[in-house]
Amino acid sequence: MQGMKKFGVGAVALFLSLSARADYTWNFPEPVTPMALDTLHVHNKFMLITAVIFVAVLAIMIYSIVTHRHSKGHKPVADKAPSTAVEIFWTLIPFAILLLIDFVIMGIPAYHSVVMMEDTRDQSTMVIKITGSQWRWQYEYLDGDAKGIKFVSNLATTNDQMHNEADKGEHYLLEVDNPLVLPVGEKVRILMTASDVLHNWWVPQFGSSRVAVPGFIRETWVQVEKEGVYRGQCKELCGKGHGYMPVVVNAVSKQEFAQWATKKQGEQQAANDVKEMTKDELLAQGKVVYEKNCAVCHQVTGAGLPPAFPALTGSKIATGPIFGADGKYQKDSHLDRVLNGKGVMPPWKSTLNDTEIAAVITYERNALGNTAAVDGLVQPTQVKAARE
Amino acid sequence: MSTTTVAHHDEHHDDHPTGIMRWLTTTNHKDIGTMYLTFSLVMFLVGGSMILGIRAELFKPGLQLMNPEFFNQLIGVHALIMIFAALMPAATGFANWMLPLQIGAPDMALPRLNNWGFWILPPSAILLTLPFTLALFGVGDGALATGWTFYPPLSVQGGIGVDFAIFAVHLLGISSVLGSINIIVTIYNMRAPGMTLMKMPMFAWGWLITAFLLIATIPVLAGAVTMLLTDRHFGTHFFDAAGGGDPIMFQHLFWFFGHPEVYILLLPVWGFIPQILQTFSRKPMYGYKAQVYSLWSIGALAVVVWAHHFFTAGMPVPALLYFMYSTMAISLPLAVLFYCWIRTMWKGSMSFETPMLFTVGWIILFGIGGLTGLVLADVAADAQYHNSYFVVAHFHYTLFAGGIMGIMAGVYYWLPKMTGHMYNEKLGKTHFWLTAISFNVTFIPQFFVGLAGMPRRIPDYALQFAEFNMISTVGAFVLGLSQLLFVYIIISCVKGGKKATDRVWEGAQGLEWTLSSPPPYHSFTEQPVVK
Ligand code: HEM
Ligand SMILES: [Cu+2]
Repeated sequence: MQGMKKFGVGAVALFLSLSARADYTWNFPEPVTPMALDTLHVHNKFMLITAVIFVAVLAIMIYSIVTHRHSKGHKPVADKAPSTAVEIFWTLIPFAILLLIDFVIMGIPAYHSVVMMEDTRDQSTMVIKITGSQWRWQYEYLDGDAKGIKFVSNLATTNDQMHNEADKGEHYLLEVDNPLVLPVGEKVRILMTASDVLHNWWVPQFGSSRVAVPGFIRETWVQVEKEGVYRGQCKELCGKGHGYMPVVVNAVSKQEFAQWATKKQGEQQAANDVKEMTKDELLAQGKVVYEKNCAVCHQVTGAGLPPAFPALTGSKIATGPIFGADGKYQKDSHLDRVLNGKGVMPPWKSTLNDTEIAAVITYERNALGNTAAVDGLVQPTQVKAARE
Repeated sequence: MSTTTVAHHDEHHDDHPTGIMRWLTTTNHKDIGTMYLTFSLVMFLVGGSMILGIRAELFKPGLQLMNPEFFNQLIGVHALIMIFAALMPAATGFANWMLPLQIGAPDMALPRLNNWGFWILPPSAILLTLPFTLALFGVGDGALATGWTFYPPLSVQGGIGVDFAIFAVHLLGISSVLGSINIIVTIYNMRAPGMTLMKMPMFAWGWLITAFLLIATIPVLAGAVTMLLTDRHFGTHFFDAAGGGDPIMFQHLFWFFGHPEVYILLLPVWGFIPQILQTFSRKPMYGYKAQVYSLWSIGALAVVVWAHHFFTAGMPVPALLYFMYSTMAISLPLAVLFYCWIRTMWKGSMSFETPMLFTVGWIILFGIGGLTGLVLADVAADAQYHNSYFVVAHFHYTLFAGGIMGIMAGVYYWLPKMTGHMYNEKLGKTHFWLTAISFNVTFIPQFFVGLAGMPRRIPDYALQFAEFNMISTVGAFVLGLSQLLFVYIIISCVKGGKKATDRVWEGAQGLEWTLSSPPPYHSFTEQPVVK
């Protein structure tokens, strides 16, 4: 058993040396919702119980291994051939103990947390809808101060950082352009869905995780009790961007939330007022929209990743006409594709506003190696008309 | 019983084909067993090297070796290979080698079927790995990138690799169903006179239950992936809400197979672990009947707990509670098994040759896998564990420690019987310690990154997870390289070494030890009688 000892000592040494470092987490991160707190308690309790069982069994086994050895001349006990009654007795005892542990000591708290976790409506004061799509989250406030606010939240970490060409920031891969903002102390009911494949919205400090299923609505809730910024990630394999779909939640006081809501509503209003724009304006905004939303698949250069993700450079759709003689946009045109999507390409009509769509189309037709002869400029008004 | 053997009397001469034809056409249970075991070892190395690519990528934050798409392909194919092409064939290999010897039969009941069962495997392994190669030549877009679970709609989006994998799963499924039928028929019809079911070696029980589970669940998997195939190519909408289907229905179907599958991988091991224990404790196994009943209970419970794999996908509260409590219930028969194993060692006269070392290590590590599984059953906490690295660590404690290391115990136990030579004991022990230690170095850190919030199946991670991932990768490379020692030990044992006696191990019990080492090409030409 020399080796066994060595192993034990080695493992302990390894972990002692690790715990000397400060930034290690050995357990769930600090809970900030009732659900996460409850989950942590249940987890700690279960872990303790199983650890005690494990150590007890291990101790008995090691004792036996050390003493009942052939090399020490230990003779096997004469086999008394236990009677069936004895055998049953000795299997039933641990059985009964386990019954108690499983269904009483562990079973009852587990019951309570399940019921609590699934109770999404009781006392909830606010409803938001979260939509997962490849590879971003879309948030929509359905009622309350922030009613009508709707935005998309994208990964903000730069490509250079991911490819080790720039230093990684503190929140590498866990930062977004538009965090979800929630008021502290309110029970928020969350409706969850997806637009393409399964996703899972997860913030470890909230203890909530729910699969977003396309075509269905799932529910969960959060009630953040402490102001702060909380970070999480998509937890359901959803394609190549799965690792790049962070969730960032900004939990603020109720007043701050109301202020934020007013400001955001104003911004949104302004963005929705469509006006004629110059080509330069469109191109500038289009570049931003493109790099945030489209470059994941079509690449920053427009080269795409054929065959799954077609190139935009020289593409028939991105250079062909959009509008017919009657001024209406044509089926399978650039505008149609961006509004309605096709196959793996998602529809953008509910994610981007008229200006953004007009800008990105103009950008795609005049940059990325393309020079559009006809319909080089698409105006927000035209997009607005196309939606109707 | 004799009729079965007479029907194949052309094989009853000792002048069997030699060279390559011997292996292509053989219906001999030992040859087929050897082929299964060799295939399994090769695929274990293939699946292992794939994951070393993954671990190398995860060594530090940032993308260094591959793009995320390729990363996802490696994960899915690693798992499919490990499960279907490494672990399952290893268990089938032992069934072929040892079941007839253990129950006193001249061969398996359906030898031709046996040959077919094996030869379906290599093509399906090729189907699984071919998409990588094709992609190199610009055909298709690589292997399936959906994880081994094929969840739609992602798998409906995927490229030709998904079709390859579906086809491979069909073939692998057919192979295991053929193998199962053969094992059931062999066990029921070919036992030596006097060997009642309740006198059967535990390994036969483990495999019998496995075989029934396979026959019950493989068709469900085949159905599910076929529905997926028609969704992909023929316009059906089984799993598409837009056409009235439901993506979560796929998960129900998949895990109705997938959950029993983990017991399918483990039950054969639970069969031979007590046999090894009794040998090296020099004491009959404790609680034979209790173990048999436990195996049956586990087999039965295995098919009613599937939904605990997707608690967070949304289910009514009563369903959540039912799946939680039924999952916890599995710990009861499992605890009985642990109790019997330890009671078998208790007051024995133990010695620690390599098979026993692997067995004891197996009990400890598989114990960790089982206990963390009990914790995972809790629905609320599972919202945190689910799809995090905690789960990856948990299932490697059950599948690698509980599966592969159990198989390794079996290899060392029976290798002298199969080859007629002793393996190198010193190297065997070294292999054990290297494996056990590096295994823990690999997977313990994964529990912690999982709890801290690292999702699984991500090609890159936040900076807080960096150190643990680094340790895990170092462990994985040592673990991987240690297996080359295993290969070396096996090859040198096949080639030569100290002659093995018939009984090999002082305390060995069972009919297989009454034959010479190696057993004659046709075992038991004279039927043994069990009293
Ligand atoms: C050298 C030994 C092994 C190492 C280092 C290893 C490591 C890994 C890693 C790093 C992952 C990816 C986890 C993730 O990101 O989700 C993985 C996935 C997996 N492995 Fe292993 N593994 C090993 C052996 C095995 C064995 C023997 C089996 C089963 C018999 C197995 C079954 C699986 C399964 C089922 C998955 C999940 C794949 C998925 O997400 O679809 N592994 N393994
Ligand atoms: Cu996602």
